Amino acid sequence: MANTSAPKPAFMNNPMVKWIDYRLPIFTFMHHELHEYPTPKNLNYWWNFGSLAGIMLVVMIVSGIVLAMHYTPHVDFAFNSVERIMRDVNSGWLIRYIHMNGGSMFFIAVYIHIFRGLYYGSYKAPREVLWWLGIIILLLMMATAFLGYVLPWGQMSYWGATVITNLFSAFPLIGDPIVTWLWGGFSVDNPTLNRFFSLHYLLPFVIVGVVVLHLVALHTHGSGNPVGIDTKGPQDKIPFHPYYTVKDLFGLGVFFLVFAAIVFFAPNMLGEPDNYIPANPLQTPPHIVPEWYLLPFYAILRSIPSKLIGVLAMFGSIFILFILPWLDTSRVRSARFRPIYRIFFWLFLIDCVVLGWIGANPPEGYFLLIGRLATAWYFLHFLIILPLLGWFERPLPLPTSISEPVLKGGGSVAAAKPMEKA
Amino acid sequence: MAQSAVTHAAGGGHGAEGTRRDFLYIAAGAFGAVGTALALWPFINSMNPSADVLALSSVEVDLTPMQLGQRITVAWRGKPVFIDRRTPEQIARAQADNTADLPDPQTDKARVKKPEWLIMVGVCTHLGCVPLGQKATDPRGDFGGWFCPCHGSHYDTSGRIRKGPAPKNLPIPEYAFLDDNKVRIG
Ligand code: HEM
Ligand code: FES
Repeated sequence: MANTSAPKPAFMNNPMVKWIDYRLPIFTFMHHELHEYPTPKNLNYWWNFGSLAGIMLVVMIVSGIVLAMHYTPHVDFAFNSVERIMRDVNSGWLIRYIHMNGGSMFFIAVYIHIFRGLYYGSYKAPREVLWWLGIIILLLMMATAFLGYVLPWGQMSYWGATVITNLFSAFPLIGDPIVTWLWGGFSVDNPTLNRFFSLHYLLPFVIVGVVVLHLVALHTHGSGNPVGIDTKGPQDKIPFHPYYTVKDLFGLGVFFLVFAAIVFFAPNMLGEPDNYIPANPLQTPPHIVPEWYLLPFYAILRSIPSKLIGVLAMFGSIFILFILPWLDTSRVRSARFRPIYRIFFWLFLIDCVVLGWIGANPPEGYFLLIGRLATAWYFLHFLIILPLLGWFERPLPLPTSISEPVLKGGGSVAAAKPMEKA
Repeated sequence: MAQSAVTHAAGGGHGAEGTRRDFLYIAAGAFGAVGTALALWPFINSMNPSADVLALSSVEVDLTPMQLGQRITVAWRGKPVFIDRRTPEQIARAQADNTADLPDPQTDKARVKKPEWLIMVGVCTHLGCVPLGQKATDPRGDFGGWFCPCHGSHYDTSGRIRKGPAPKNLPIPEYAFLDDNKVRIG
């Protein structure tokens, strides 16, 4: 390790910094995690999305706290308070559109981050717990986004809340008492809105906590990399700062460009017009759909004719990710060296997109049939294909080190040198 | 360090039956766990419906203006209640279907106080949408009753589930006829 550690920056010799660092080693910690933290030198742009997700979490918390200063969690005032934010509050429209579309950008970043993990086998030993923490973050995000969507108290808010809370009524015996407990009444009403606001404020901070654990787990064994073999020595690594801080910042610029384009030019593109109609408990809109990031799971729910099994399948489709590290029996991490898995990976990605498309359409006719097939494929992929592939697939030969493919045959003398010392 | 070494030695000395100290650990732990659970309960229970929500609200509805074959919706406890003044054909159809293949078997008689007046909570037993069919122009499903557009549940002229993902019939609230033209729900 001593070899890789970069020299301490000059400011660490400042007496003030030294005084603080002796009492609270914050500078040593930052230096260690950012500067010294040795990172594989071959990370590609798919490795940007973790930090992008983290930045979106901060954006959501900052914009959310400001929104909460103007928002009123009461059934009689909620809708109008959001309209007031849009029309009267200084820059209110901007902050709300940032928060509204920021949720979508957050999910885009996290979904790409997850599929990156699926492609490169990031969930395999020794990163199983890191993977679990990621799934927990996903579940918390879904809960947070669902709760937030209820707050503006439009028609979709109200009926989305009704349908999702009613999912729990599928459980025999305990189902109905649970739903009444969730509502604090006999329908989605003021007590429900109040507690949803309280929890919507709380959960993002719980996510921050889990993200910290996620990073601790990450830094324990370090980042994976596109070739999926372990780093063999200092010649395979570079310090995180400045190399990846710069690469992450460049990615952030591109990502924010897309984000800004949506916020300023198509802020309601991803939303449902029905949510600009105030909630009406006596009338269901003809077509209820959740936000786009929940559509694949909604499709799984609806493709199964039994209420209880539908609910179990929907939750199961996420929980199955927890046992993925053991369902995938292949020792090779990266799909680059798994020719057959690579095909199934893309099929699985298409399957998820198909499920999302089905979730946005009514469950009738062909949609129902396609939805059922896509649901079956989703589970087949995890439960049958992945375990079998590990046995039957013949992986391509792995490179002997990260440097080898990067430097086309490991010819570079400069890069190989430190290895001889190590 | 020395102390823990002693404890270990003492623990080991007594073999598999366990020591007094083990017993104390378990007893204290169990007390702590039960105590924490009891302390948690008020917090969980505070989320159940409060006294004012529970205070049984009821609504009285004047039925005089209702035509034969007309359906109206009234709000009760924040939910829609369907009142249907059924035509003789609708009643006959509901009764004829008593013997049909019902997912949640119930006779029409068990669902009404007076056959002409079908009164139900208009909340789909699948995931809680309000089924269509109250307006004459609404789709009423394959059985002439109500149709829930959310996930496609069909209810018959007695409000019984016949087709689709909903597991149960539309529920019947508590109600009483105060006189021939007045009903109190709740
Ligand atoms: C994980 C981070 C978060 C996510 C994914 C998220 C998601 C959402 C979503 C989807 C909405 C509905 C937007 C709309 O359609 O109008 C919303 C609304 C809201 N959120 Fe968040 N949120 C997050 C964090 C926060 C935080 C930390 C606060 C701070 C209190 C907050 C406060 C609010 C408020 C007041 C609203 C209602 C105003 C509105 O609807 O625009 N959010 N949130
Ligand atoms: S809520 Fe009525 S069919 Fe699903």
